[in-house]
Amino acid sequence: MKPKAAAFLSHSLLLCGALFMLLPFVWMFFTAIKAPSEIFEASMWPWPRTWFGFAHFQEVLKSAPMGRFMLNGVVVCAGILCVQLLVAIPAAYALAKLPFKGSEWLFLGILAALSVPIQVTALPLYMGLSWAGGLNTYFAQMAPFFLSMFAIFLLRQHFKTYPDEIIQAARIDGLTEWEIMWRLVAPAARPALAAFAVFSVVAHWNDLYWPMVVISATELAPPPLGMLLFATAESGANYGALMAGASLISLPMVIVFLLARKQFIQGITMTGFR
Amino acid sequence: MPNAQLSKPLSTAWLGIGMAAPAGLLLIILYALPLISLLVLSLTNYELGALDFQWTGTQNFQRAWADPVFVRSLKNTLLYMLIVIPGGVFFGLLVALLIHPRIRSRSFYEVIYFLPVTSSLIAMATVWQFLLHPKLGFVNAALKAMGFAEIAFISDPGWVIPSLALIGLWQMIGFNMIIYLAGLSQIPAEIYEAAAIDGMGAGWERFLRITWPMLTPTTLFVVITTSISAFKVFDTVLALTQGKSESEVILYAIYLEGFQYFKMGYAAALTLIFLALIVVASSLQLLKWDKKVHYA
Repeated sequence: MKPKAAAFLSHSLLLCGALFMLLPFVWMFFTAIKAPSEIFEASMWPWPRTWFGFAHFQEVLKSAPMGRFMLNGVVVCAGILCVQLLVAIPAAYALAKLPFKGSEWLFLGILAALSVPIQVTALPLYMGLSWAGGLNTYFAQMAPFFLSMFAIFLLRQHFKTYPDEIIQAARIDGLTEWEIMWRLVAPAARPALAAFAVFSVVAHWNDLYWPMVVISATELAPPPLGMLLFATAESGANYGALMAGASLISLPMVIVFLLARKQFIQGITMTGFR
Repeated sequence: MPNAQLSKPLSTAWLGIGMAAPAGLLLIILYALPLISLLVLSLTNYELGALDFQWTGTQNFQRAWADPVFVRSLKNTLLYMLIVIPGGVFFGLLVALLIHPRIRSRSFYEVIYFLPVTSSLIAMATVWQFLLHPKLGFVNAALKAMGFAEIAFISDPGWVIPSLALIGLWQMIGFNMIIYLAGLSQIPAEIYEAAAIDGMGAGWERFLRITWPMLTPTTLFVVITTSISAFKVFDTVLALTQGKSESEVILYAIYLEGFQYFKMGYAAALTLIFLALIVVASSLQLLKWDKKVHYA
């Protein structure tokens, strides 16, 4: 095949696939700004014929606390990420640079836990939280994710490559181990930290299973659970408002993705453990 | 400090223990204890709130294999995997092969194909429910325009799992594409050059004899991550069917038993079966470290 023809063929295939990928997004947004009468016509033409404006969005914002859902999402994601880093950075540094008896066992335990998803530990953790009266709190939403095995695993790899000579020199200069870790070794792994941060925020922003288990109060629901509560309340008939709600829920991650595409793709693909 | 020289290595080890202690403690609280509790629970008939329980041995596990809902959830998950694994490998690789040689348009396509990976699945599942709606949806409108009969994608038990798998594919193709692009960029150009000198053509033969074998570890990784995400399907079922039209999947069955009916003992047994499936799938990854996999 001639190169021109091959390029033409590959572009047409890619564009067809791209249309399939974008179809739900396009459909979601245009339905959200369509008049209800047009939605029920079920035509294949996505573009609204008459200007309907943002009435569906106003309706959603009036009937569901979307702002509150977003705020909950921000609080939960930020809380999880902070504790994850505060736990994982020292642990990874200890595993990489401060050998101690039993460190292999700890590392093995972390590797084993890496393949245990939240859906497995959810049942006993739920029972424990319910026994302690901790259901329906931000803490309950965050606590199971305080330990990120993936962060420890990833950071340990990075810290290991940090030259021992520099650490030795810093020790001689009188820096404490704590200062060496926070001021020298951790900043050197900044790209890995950024990618991990994106990975963590996306995973917990989109997580539905665990919030569903521990949260029943609407005012504490993160965005996906809020979307579910809203969809159930709408009982599926009002597609204009549903699509407006879905647009609002999806928008923050789409914006983050477009802004930090490189870290985003790296963060998600560094691991299969989504 | 007379012993400063001697005590130095000792204090470093203690520092290490101190720094790793929070992680170790969380590992015990969040993983070890829950797993032990699951094991113990699975041998009882405990129900949340009950004052009393009996030891029932392996009865919960025997019951699982006779439970029509759980068996159906396993079959549904298997059917889902049979669609999603070959589909995810084929389309992920196809898109990667087409994008890889593109220079100017590469990031344009990457963004579009990766967009579904990043979006909240519950929100997009709601959109898909609308797209697949028998009367109002785009897909049936398109089918009718082409002269086909309308299909009840969500309420017909024969169509519901393939429909869920279609949504699963839509969400994972971008992920698989990125993994395959990374795999493709690691194939040394010299191999292609050497093959060209030996008279190998650029098309099918080159793909079958070089690209595909060189990508074996990548494909294995894609198959594993796809299987694990297939075991974990939950959001789309919840949004589209709530388990109606016989569409239960493993996690949905566990969720119902544990958090709706509060049958903790039985749910613990189902959870352990779920964990066993995940562990088997992830341990296939160990094969990846074996370099011979290239030439398998």
